[in-house]
Amino acid sequence: MSDIYLDNNATTMVSPEVLEEMLPFFSEQFGNPSSLHSFGNKVGFALKKARQQVQALLGAEHDSEIIFTSCGTESDSTAILSALKAQPERKEIITTVVEHPAVLTLCEYLETEGYTVHKLEVDSKGRLDLDQYASLLSDRVAVVSVMWANNESGTIFPVEKMADMANEAGVMFHTDAVQAVGKLPINLQQSNIHMLSLSGHKLHAPKGIGVLYLKRGTRFRPLLRGGHQERGRRAGTENAAAVVGLGKACELAMQHMEFENTTVKAMRDRLEEGILAAVPYSFPTGDTDNRLPNTASIAFEYIEGEAILLLMNKVGIAASSGSACTSGSLEPSHVMRAMGIPYTAAHGTVRFSFSRYNTMEEVERVIAEVPEIVAKLRKLSPYWDGNGPAEDPEQAFAPVYA
Amino acid sequence: MWDYSEKVKEHFYNPKNAGAAENANATGEVGSLSCGDALRLTLKVDPDSEVILDAGFQTFGCGSAIASSSALTEIIKGMTLDQALEVSNQDIADFLDGLPPEKMHCSVMGREALQAAVADYRGEVWSDDHEEGALVCKCFAIDEVMIEDTIRANNLTSVEEVTNYTKAGGGCSACHEGIENILSRVMAESGEEFVAGGVGSAVAASSPAAASAPAEAAPKTDIKRISTIMRVLEAVRPRLQADGGDCELMDIDGNTIYVNLTGACMGCQMASMTLGGIQQQLIEELGEFVRLVQVEKKADQLVGIGG
Repeated sequence: MSDIYLDNNATTMVSPEVLEEMLPFFSEQFGNPSSLHSFGNKVGFALKKARQQVQALLGAEHDSEIIFTSCGTESDSTAILSALKAQPERKEIITTVVEHPAVLTLCEYLETEGYTVHKLEVDSKGRLDLDQYASLLSDRVAVVSVMWANNESGTIFPVEKMADMANEAGVMFHTDAVQAVGKLPINLQQSNIHMLSLSGHKLHAPKGIGVLYLKRGTRFRPLLRGGHQERGRRAGTENAAAVVGLGKACELAMQHMEFENTTVKAMRDRLEEGILAAVPYSFPTGDTDNRLPNTASIAFEYIEGEAILLLMNKVGIAASSGSACTSGSLEPSHVMRAMGIPYTAAHGTVRFSFSRYNTMEEVERVIAEVPEIVAKLRKLSPYWDGNGPAEDPEQAFAPVYA
Repeated sequence: MWDYSEKVKEHFYNPKNAGAAENANATGEVGSLSCGDALRLTLKVDPDSEVILDAGFQTFGCGSAIASSSALTEIIKGMTLDQALEVSNQDIADFLDGLPPEKMHCSVMGREALQAAVADYRGEVWSDDHEEGALVCKCFAIDEVMIEDTIRANNLTSVEEVTNYTKAGGGCSACHEGIENILSRVMAESGEEFVAGGVGSAVAASSPAAASAPAEAAPKTDIKRISTIMRVLEAVRPRLQADGGDCELMDIDGNTIYVNLTGACMGCQMASMTLGGIQQQLIEELGEFVRLVQVEKKADQLVGIGG
């Protein structure tokens, strides 16, 4: 039996069709798209086509609004730093406590440079308070950066509405949409979103390619200056093969949008329902009524996520966890903590994230394996006693912390 | 994913002594704030001989926390309490054929649980003597609290000093930004300002600019030069040999000196440190810039793997 990959929010497999499309650009189509001769020219046309494929998936009005970058993180940095450079008189940033490190770490760094960063809090289901948001919008704010969907819980934020509010207040709005693009229908020409980041490897394109969408007319300052590539907005010779691959991946994502929101969603729902029914003291995290169709985040109380992942890996199931130990950081997931999930459960959260390449048969195999793994680890846990948690678990086991 | 040894995996997949020891008469419960992991260790101690007859653990934690707990119980069974107290966290890590630097605190937690259990048996109150912070230097597993304390205690003002006192930053140097931030913060407490110097501390040692520093030394003849090189190398060999390693002179080509660093030091983080350290000594002794290059011993060829 082959291994089961349920970690598609981390990265996805490159689609065979995408790979096939890319291969010629490593060999015969090696020209520099900037060159005048036919070697370069053909590659130039291929990039043009890819740009239009991305444009179509995003519903962007113009293909010139698509800027190819090296990854989602570069797109995020470019967007936020551009907003600050273009409006030097504005020294505030609004973001959320549950952003990806690509945004949060940059914002924390900018705080040391004298900027004020407002981080919107979330409630127990991971939802934002739009009143709090409205109260922070002012002409001191250079940019709002809010993720479209959370990578850990899958919770979707009302970014279109938030962009309207920002636009109304005359504030630039950026969204990190790396988890949303390809999973949710997006129509940017109908929105007030000024900038959007996406990452190729989250939607079956290769790693090392990203996009910054920049709405026409939005003031912009490049991160990389040099050549005239991307109309001077992102210098550096194009990663032609990856750009072509991303274009194809966007076309395929468009074709599979309904599949993603029906069949993939049904697999996710079955997995969650099956596991919650079979494993006591487990619960889903995030806003289960309003989340990505492919993501389930389940907290298994009284055990730790890395241990769960290692045992799952042993039986050929790949997922990921918000536990401190899997990341090398010291805190359990900032997303779980922000939602107020207790330590003993936050450590045991496991994220299962699907793609269109998963099958219902795989789902049933996972449902069959997980309860035993959880039971095995609970047997080792000091918070667990026989068939249930120790009576008053926090009292029964109160270690000296050092 | 972590690079766990086979031994860690073995103790994680099939932990020994899981669950509470029967008729236990000593319990130690500790947690590691740095990752939220926690461990309860129960011992059955023979009252007459103080020999640990049985040990059991219950652990809320990651793979290496569970493996460290299992290893600990295996190590201490049959020991007297006094013998058991001699077990260090490094012993636990060694028993498991090593732990990743980020996971060394799991072995520390094991040792602390043991101390707590012994204190419990003897009716003493155990209090933890160290605080753990965020891991800063991954090469030598040095955490933030250790660096802060050392800076305060010794009034350190540069990354180089922090490296000399704690080893932090002495390997890959990727954590130098983090160390600078800690220096800024701690020095600000006493009203001082951290001033970073130019390119960075580590660069100077291997740059050609270093060659001009001890320039007053007279150029050495070949024989004198070779004997100086050999003397420096001979001086460091006993230290390396004590750790199961060695350092042999293989060839000298202009200012490049080829050595064969072998044994336990080979391939580990210390190898580059040792190479760097020896190179520095050679530069000082010779009064000229030389580059030390590690080669593997082959019959008639030298294969450089770095300098």
